[in-house]
Amino acid sequence: MAQMNMIQALNSALDAVLADDPKTLIFGEDVGYFGGVFRVTDGLQAKHGLTRCFDAPISEGGIIATAIGMGAYGLRPVVEIQFADYILPAFDQLVSEAARLRYRSNGEFWAPITVRSPYGGGIFGGQTHSQSPEAIFAHITGLKTVIPSNPYDAKGLLIASILEDDPVIFLEPKRLYNGPFDGHHDRKLRTWAGHASAEVPEGLYTVPLGKAAIVREGADVTLLAYGTMVHVGLAAIEESGIDAELIDLRSIVPLDIDAITASVTKTGRCVILHEASRFGGFGGELSALVQERCFYCLKNPIERVAGWDTPYPHAFEWDYFPGPARVIAALRRTMEA
Amino acid sequence: MDDRVELSLHIPEPFARPGETPTFDHVDIPAAGATRRPAVDAAEVDMRDLPYGMVRVLDADGRAVGPWASQMDPEFLRRGLRAMVQTRVFEDRMFRAHRQGKTSFFMKSTGEEAIGVAQSMTLAADDMCFPTYRVQGWLIARGYPIVDMINQIYSNASDPLKGRQLPILYSAREYGFYSLSGNVGSRFGHAVGWAMASAYMKDHRIALGYIGEGTTAEGDFHEALTFAAVYRAPVILAVTNNQWAISTFSGIAGAEQTTFAARAIGYGLPGLRVDGNDFLAVVAATEWAATRARTNLGATLIEFVTYRVSGHSTSDDPTKYRPSDEPVHWPLGDPVERLKQHLIALGEWSDERHEQMQAELTEAVRTAQREADAVGALGQSKPSAREMFEGVFKEPDWRVIEQRREFGI
Ligand SMILES: Cc1ncc(C[n+]2csc(CCOP(=O)(O)OP(=O)(O)O)c2C)c(N)n1
Repeated sequence: MAQMNMIQALNSALDAVLADDPKTLIFGEDVGYFGGVFRVTDGLQAKHGLTRCFDAPISEGGIIATAIGMGAYGLRPVVEIQFADYILPAFDQLVSEAARLRYRSNGEFWAPITVRSPYGGGIFGGQTHSQSPEAIFAHITGLKTVIPSNPYDAKGLLIASILEDDPVIFLEPKRLYNGPFDGHHDRKLRTWAGHASAEVPEGLYTVPLGKAAIVREGADVTLLAYGTMVHVGLAAIEESGIDAELIDLRSIVPLDIDAITASVTKTGRCVILHEASRFGGFGGELSALVQERCFYCLKNPIERVAGWDTPYPHAFEWDYFPGPARVIAALRRTMEA
Repeated sequence: MDDRVELSLHIPEPFARPGETPTFDHVDIPAAGATRRPAVDAAEVDMRDLPYGMVRVLDADGRAVGPWASQMDPEFLRRGLRAMVQTRVFEDRMFRAHRQGKTSFFMKSTGEEAIGVAQSMTLAADDMCFPTYRVQGWLIARGYPIVDMINQIYSNASDPLKGRQLPILYSAREYGFYSLSGNVGSRFGHAVGWAMASAYMKDHRIALGYIGEGTTAEGDFHEALTFAAVYRAPVILAVTNNQWAISTFSGIAGAEQTTFAARAIGYGLPGLRVDGNDFLAVVAATEWAATRARTNLGATLIEFVTYRVSGHSTSDDPTKYRPSDEPVHWPLGDPVERLKQHLIALGEWSDERHEQMQAELTEAVRTAQREADAVGALGQSKPSAREMFEGVFKEPDWRVIEQRREFGI
């Protein structure tokens, strides 16, 4: 066991799979010699060789297209898209190709690729370094979408994603890279040091996709979250004094529907939290599922807390970011309504 | 026995990494004046040597030589020098402002100032450029108020873009400067579309698109070239080849075997390779391409060969991936020094006047910064939060109206 922040944990995952399987390789913009703009691939080229971790041209469509071709050949490529905002130029490759190759070829070809990408706000990245695009991937049949919330899960989920034979979008909450950010941007920064989930084993281990974690047990309301918002949700619960159950979904496809229905059946109330803008966000799907499966247990309407339906505005980072105050207000509403 | 060749995967690597001796032997640089200047209406098929030459006017002694040299008004050159120095002084100051916590992010164009400045001064006031973040000199050369640039960089209450955009991603329609965005390459096709619209309307305006050499790998680049060629769009498509794209050298963008200018050949477009640190060469090449565009001869691809002296941005430390002394080995020199030397050689400038100008421009930036500081730096001042909800659509829809209410304004 070692103490790791999320960057180190991800690096350790990649190091372990490169060592374990010569059919894995990494490429992406600036990931080679330099080790990536967030340092996630630091040292991997030096350790594993030039062809195992190398720089790609600035062409997200090209990166994902070639990864699919390599995957179809039989490799297990792990590619980095520098910011999740820049996956969009590759959207057709993901939607029309990676997601359908297995289905349309009747299993003759498939795309065992992992697309890693930092997402989310809280770093004053402005409109194109802050977005949370998970819902648009969740909508595409044939893609899996994974979002860790701590170093231990990040490593285990990344290894599990790489071992998957189907394409996985692996979204890394960049605001959690260095510490468990809870939305209180005006307080002293916390690092991962001393955090239980920062105890990360060396070597290979997996955290299965599609298995949610109950971060905090509670009796009165279920709070569903993933990524950065897990920590925001936890802070909100503690500050509100409400006995809420916090569920970290870990992956939104596959989705741990059993964990969700079990919790809401128990509590009878549900608040959904994500950073992405609200309309058409993944919260809409969660809300529909809870309504369909737990309607007769619900004591009150389901609440959604999300980013506003605007682009991510630079100067208004903290007006946009759905911080603890907005979560507390929603928890209260659902308790009182 | 198997005598087939075993395949191997080629991964390009730069010529020097930190701790090694920098070299630019791989950059082919013909002498100033050596590359021919075809007639402005020459046919593309007769110009396929140009992408492998280099349009250069200023020689090592600061003289203007060769077929691309022309009589230039010294006052025009002094204005160019002034705008380049102004750009450099401004950027240095804003870089420091970032270090002082006054903004979240900044980028410099040190060593590349000639491109944005010379093209801004060469094209007409109503032409439109589709910039990259590396051509802030375009605005400065056109007299855009520096205080407004700083207000944008600070995202403060006087920010012309209302706090919505990342620092330096300006928009200034009146100055022929199209809205910037953080995703690279995606406006290159807009330049072509703008030019097609101008042609459709039987107008006289042309467009200029910028793209970094790293970004030529994006589909946007190739799509834009195709459309520009097919519709003979009145557009200049400029690749600023500053050798680096964050940590990746130009070989990762495909420069190991050919030049970026030579990309033009496959599309049937004229391609010029130009000394981007030579103010006079930038002007001459831009005039040539603009004349073609304005006379229905269509688009030109221009590669400006230059060097990114600074880090990619305030988030970058270039000593992590290239030799720290690489900038001083760059063979095409400093655009400011080269134009200054030329003006002095003409008897139109002096070291004293240069120093005086430098002091004056430093003071002008200081004054502008004081004015912006008085409004407030990032975090001290911002536009009304109402602005966050404005401008999504022309008319706000119910979602934004409800959310604004929920937010409490
Ligand atoms: C679509 C997209 N992909 C990736 C990035 C991240 N990124 C920002 S600048 C940059 C390098 C661009 O290099 P180049 O085009 O050579 O321009 P330069 O910065 O050297 O002027 C990269 C990869 C981005 N902003 N947009």
